[in-house]
Amino acid sequence: MLETIIILVKVWAVLLTLVSLAAIMTWVERKESAIMQDRLGANRADILGFRVIGLFQPMADGLKMFFKEDFVPPQGNKILHTLAPVLAFFPAMVTFAVIPFGNVLNIGDLAIKLQIADLNIGLLFILAFGGFTSYGVVLAGWSSNSKYAMLGGLRGAAQLISYEVVLGLSLVGLVMVYGTLQLDRMVLAQNELLFGFLPAWGIFLQPLAFLLFFPAAIAESKRIPFDLPEAESEIVGYYTEYSGLRFGLFYFAEFVEIIVISALVSTLFFGGYHIPWLYEEGFAFPWGWTWELPHLVVVILRLAAFFVKIAFFAWLQVLIRWTLPRFRFDQMMRLCWKGLLPLVVLNILVTGLILLLAQN
Amino acid sequence: MEAFFFLLLAVVSIFSGLMVILQKSPVASVLFLVLTLVCVAALFVMLSAPFIAAIQVIIYAGAIMVLFLFVLMLLNLQRFTEGAWSRFQITGVVVAAVLAVVTALLLRAVPLPADSGFLRETPGLGSVEAVGLSLFTEYLLPFEIASFLLLAGIIGAVILSRRRP
Repeated sequence: MLETIIILVKVWAVLLTLVSLAAIMTWVERKESAIMQDRLGANRADILGFRVIGLFQPMADGLKMFFKEDFVPPQGNKILHTLAPVLAFFPAMVTFAVIPFGNVLNIGDLAIKLQIADLNIGLLFILAFGGFTSYGVVLAGWSSNSKYAMLGGLRGAAQLISYEVVLGLSLVGLVMVYGTLQLDRMVLAQNELLFGFLPAWGIFLQPLAFLLFFPAAIAESKRIPFDLPEAESEIVGYYTEYSGLRFGLFYFAEFVEIIVISALVSTLFFGGYHIPWLYEEGFAFPWGWTWELPHLVVVILRLAAFFVKIAFFAWLQVLIRWTLPRFRFDQMMRLCWKGLLPLVVLNILVTGLILLLAQN
Repeated sequence: MEAFFFLLLAVVSIFSGLMVILQKSPVASVLFLVLTLVCVAALFVMLSAPFIAAIQVIIYAGAIMVLFLFVLMLLNLQRFTEGAWSRFQITGVVVAAVLAVVTALLLRAVPLPADSGFLRETPGLGSVEAVGLSLFTEYLLPFEIASFLLLAGIIGAVILSRRRP
């Protein structure tokens, strides 16, 4: 009974954090675009004259989408038209179930693992559900019964399938180094030290894998420079025929994906919730100093560290989105199959060779 | 609890499997096939084979069925949705009849025990580590032969899609 309650509380807390972070991301996106374009931006929504640097904007956005007409194309397929945004939103949310956001929290005799589900197939779980996002794109394009949406959906399917290959294979090197697919064990392994001072983060062990994973992940989230499936400003994309809350779900899924990608990058390559040289008992610096800390402080410090890492990578993605122009379709495909894929295979080969040499 | 989930998944997978062949619209058929595959993957999880479940979802539901959908949308399918018995349907009936007979004979030859306890005696049977170990030690040769088959498929696809000079 107690276990069920703990799991429910964890699920509830993670869902709530994820959704509110995604809502704040819509504000960050508006603010960052304003800064990049030298505008003030997102400062009109106010409640009783209070504007609070535009933080009411996400609420205003939500209300607007809620009250807009929810139009379904009469020639389209109604069931699939409704199902498509759900299929785009659900995989992004469920991925967070396997991401550890802390080690173990001890309250009295109770040991609470700060992760919803510690699966044997952790990484594969993420890839499996990541693959489902392409259904949302394809079905949205097809069920709208519009040529432009259909073409956008086809572009999206081609892009997502291509970059999934790179995304999956770029993680093989990491799995070889850490010898596990369990995200929890991967994160624990990243608190070891290399050469006595460097934390064994994925970025130091697999720098090339990070450089390949990050662009592939951005391509999976369909944002500039990889936003060819949507391209709302010119060539018109797969959710052209969506309005109201159904469009809102697509829009919101994109921001949830930003958070999920940031969490994944920090978990796999930047030590997850770990702070360098902070252990269960407190800090132990390589030059000999130690600083003991109570258990609760360590847990909170680590949660905060994970949060800061997520915030940094989310900001980095917004920065990239407002900096780069869009690829042309053939450039995007060439980058994937002729640029990233050979490098990914090379990374696996080199990692295998080094691991073999290290063993002998 | 376990029996409930098994029954739920079994009913849903059989229902969606039937809908795959009873649907008029090919796109709906593909989606029901995806649902069937996901249900079977969930059954694999219940049989403590998470690795096979994940691979089934990644390869079949995540990649192959998306390509099916992709091709179906590009093709003009009016041609296939009407008409009486085509060549494909006759082949399908023959294959289904043969499969049914073979399954019936197998079930009669090997009686299935209610609970052999096999899964409980070997924990971690379907984990990634166990599957990987047996693939790369005991079954290395079949594994390599299968990979050669796939390599031949890839090279064939590249040659077929190459532009003619």
